[in-house]
Amino acid sequence: MTIKKMDTKKNLFNWTHDRSKYPEIKENGEADIDLTSHKYVKIWHGPNHPGVTGNMALELTLSGDEVVHAKTHVGYLHRGFEKLMERRLYIQCFPTCVRLCVAEPDYNEYLLARSVEELDNIEIPEAAKWLRALSLEMARLATLLRTVPGQAGTLSLGMGVQWGVYLRDLILDLFEELTGGRVYHMYIIPGGVRGLLPDGFKKRMEEVLVKIDEFQKKIDDLIFTNAIFKKRTIGIGVIEKHMVDSYGVVGPNARAAGFARDVRKDYPYLIYDQLDWDIFTLKDSDVYSRSLVRRSDLRVTVDLIRQIMAKMPDGGDIRAQTPNVLHWQIPKGEVYVRSESSRGEYGYYVVSDGSKTPRRVNLRGPSYTHAVVLLEKLLVNANIADVHSIMVSLQTCPPEIER
Amino acid sequence: MALKDILTPFTVWKNVFKEVVSVKDPLNDRPGAARYRGFHVNDVDKCIGCGSCEVICENEAIDLVAVKEATLGNSGLRPMVDYGRCCWCALCVDVCTTASLRLTNEYTWVSENADDFRYIPGVDAKPWDNNELGWKKPEPNYHFYGEKRQDMGELHPEERDHSFIEMIKGFSKEQAMLEADRCVECGICIAACPAHMGIPDYIKAVREDNIEEGFKVLYDTNPLPEICGRICTHKCETVCSVGHLGEALSIRWLKRYIADQVEANDYKKILKTDGITNDGKKIAIIGSGPAGLSAAHYLALMGYSITIFEQFAHAGGMMRYGIPSYRLPYDQIDKDVNYILSLGVEIKYNTKIGKDISLEELKFGYDAVFAGTGLHLGRSTGIPGSDHENVYQSIDLLNKITEDIEIYVPEKVVVIGGGNVAMDITRSMARLQKIKYGKVGVIATALESEENMPADREEIVEAREENAIVNPGWGPQSIEIKDGKITGLHVNKCLSIFDDEGRFSPKFDENNKQFFEADMVVESIGQGMDLGYITEDVKKDLEFGPRGRVVVDEYFQTGVNWLFIGGDIIQGPDVIHGIANGHKAAVGIDKFLNK
Repeated sequence: MTIKKMDTKKNLFNWTHDRSKYPEIKENGEADIDLTSHKYVKIWHGPNHPGVTGNMALELTLSGDEVVHAKTHVGYLHRGFEKLMERRLYIQCFPTCVRLCVAEPDYNEYLLARSVEELDNIEIPEAAKWLRALSLEMARLATLLRTVPGQAGTLSLGMGVQWGVYLRDLILDLFEELTGGRVYHMYIIPGGVRGLLPDGFKKRMEEVLVKIDEFQKKIDDLIFTNAIFKKRTIGIGVIEKHMVDSYGVVGPNARAAGFARDVRKDYPYLIYDQLDWDIFTLKDSDVYSRSLVRRSDLRVTVDLIRQIMAKMPDGGDIRAQTPNVLHWQIPKGEVYVRSESSRGEYGYYVVSDGSKTPRRVNLRGPSYTHAVVLLEKLLVNANIADVHSIMVSLQTCPPEIER
Repeated sequence: MALKDILTPFTVWKNVFKEVVSVKDPLNDRPGAARYRGFHVNDVDKCIGCGSCEVICENEAIDLVAVKEATLGNSGLRPMVDYGRCCWCALCVDVCTTASLRLTNEYTWVSENADDFRYIPGVDAKPWDNNELGWKKPEPNYHFYGEKRQDMGELHPEERDHSFIEMIKGFSKEQAMLEADRCVECGICIAACPAHMGIPDYIKAVREDNIEEGFKVLYDTNPLPEICGRICTHKCETVCSVGHLGEALSIRWLKRYIADQVEANDYKKILKTDGITNDGKKIAIIGSGPAGLSAAHYLALMGYSITIFEQFAHAGGMMRYGIPSYRLPYDQIDKDVNYILSLGVEIKYNTKIGKDISLEELKFGYDAVFAGTGLHLGRSTGIPGSDHENVYQSIDLLNKITEDIEIYVPEKVVVIGGGNVAMDITRSMARLQKIKYGKVGVIATALESEENMPADREEIVEAREENAIVNPGWGPQSIEIKDGKITGLHVNKCLSIFDDEGRFSPKFDENNKQFFEADMVVESIGQGMDLGYITEDVKKDLEFGPRGRVVVDEYFQTGVNWLFIGGDIIQGPDVIHGIANGHKAAVGIDKFLNK
């Protein structure tokens, strides 16, 4: 295996590589690390580390302050949710499935509900489609408010994170009004949703969106035109173009590498074909461009929520009549449904054997490829100080790796 | 890297002069949202303890515990919530069949005692009990199970008003499966059914299209499913938990659906009763009504040798002689009866105890006797003119219609009575008039007001569809007779039926009178029992309770240990009580003979 040199032209402060420091690569692709040689130090980054989103460990081998080998370890969160669902009625699965990704539970609710509806051929009411899209975009917004400034947070610039988390709290307030829950919303269920917009919701939403507009200007000044941030992110953690397909890179990480990939555009679902936005792509594919893509996603999400609020119907049925949820047998078959989460394509593969409980529920989460195989490659050559910046730039969510 | 990149970040300092926003106290600044899923409250008076919340809870956080005395339609159980398990998904609220369970919008609850977090909402007092906000069952059109019944096909009034063919068409397979899907399997119905039929089990069999299994479940507790599937008083449907927020399940029609699907020839194969032998002790049964047939069926399965004595020419008792065939066709009675006879039960028709054979003879010829002789004596109002030859008892007329004996059918008839039998004779007379004259002239009048009439609502509605007039709330005063012929019935408006102590003492408004023209008056104000067959010798050892009913023990055994009595003369009156009595008496007789 050859380790490609990073493009140093963009960042003069990047150090040059001295290949002699690196361990030999054996035929099986593993690095030949002889700790007794005193050339290397092995440290554990996580599982309990403030820079790790959720519990995941990186086993890093260092030469000096450079990472020469990285290995991702998961298993700290494993609660067997996919397996648990095989023992539950379909309706009982949805309080379980939200836990597959804590930060954005709504995508799990949507995909499980959609799988059931696809398999049993159920068309949901129009109002429910808009409300679903609204809750999905709100979830994306809540995540991006934390993630966009969070990238600077990994480099010890915590101010933006504080602003973002405050605004995220306001979105959670709105979630509480709409869904009855702050973190696990449990709003989208097979057949539709669990409530119409409360009175005055649109007005309160607009008030929060105005604050988020101001916030966007503020983080542009604080983070994206910031010499330190640029120096610490430009040219770091580059995903080479050829890696995008072979490593299954999706979402903002692919868009930052020049691939215009967005499930909402490529395979429109719900009412996304009625909304208007452009896919923002960049070419450099480093931490900085991924941050910029997410920064753009934030702007687009605010815009999409405004469009949804303007176009959605005021009332109507919220749920299609389904068979009795206590005996609901889903016809035999299998289905793969997908949606665009803030991290990229997020899909559910559901197999039904015709019984009341799913035979198999399998989550295709972007973190599986991003944080395990891809991250192990990106970290080689990196400075120890950049490790969690690179990891966060991939927007890793460990719960969806070990479900 | 531009100079701008070095300078702009410092603009953040301007925030120093801004108001601090990131310090929030959610408990005081803002209460929980109106829909917030906080802590459970339960309106325990509204809750019926159906247990759907317990079933749907994926975390097994809800247990049903005994809180109240169980009554019909109310298990007396109430949910206990364990907050060590609850995930606040509120599925329990969404599925609640009475909308009694909800969550308040409280955020926090502090207690030093861990056991506090396992509590019975609505019973264990909590500070949030009176909080009206929080998660409630979502609206609109949000149902976890079908709210409306499947429509039952029936003959249109113009198709049925001139014939006695069955008017209810029965469910198709699709309809039956959709109807069965609405069941929440709470089992509240089992307790309400006098025969305690395994209702959720046979509904499940319909849902899973397993007719044979359903049929077996029916016969566990009810050997007359074709009959009960048509004319049962369906106490199960009255208490059905699904009926609290929607329409109760059509349990009766589902039972009929199962029975209708099975061919008479397959009964023995499915019920595995081919090898039944009846060589045990001999038991005599008086009357082939529901109680007698039920006792005969279960005793035959136990191997006893059964003989039924029936005063009429056909089996079925009041089911055949009291219920018109448009509600219960004779071939369906035969289907149920023939199976019971095929188990080796012997039946002696046209044999009346006390006339053709005495009770004493039964005592010496048999090891035990079960009497289910029913209520076959019509009661008269006793008003002036009620002794006229054209004043009839409904039960006598219904008997004759069954036997195909011609009866007097004038153009104008008044029926006195507000029960189902009154509706039966009203609708039967309407049919006979339609056939004879091409028009209907029946008035049914009752003491009770329309909402208090004891007849089933659908009977009243269907009678009107068939052009009979149902005019309740009038008390009969006298029958006017001119030149030896009835001209009509004088009635006064009925103000109240019972006095303050609940005794029958109707009060009339003398100033509000009406006259119903009629050539014939039919009295249908209830039936009495004829215990004339019980000899003095036996009677002296029997104990009699209120209204002349014989006192029996839980197995329907009387003070005379070889004599068991059940059916309408003990409980009811209806078919399902008779079936339940017969079954229980069969167990009692078996115990008595094997002790």
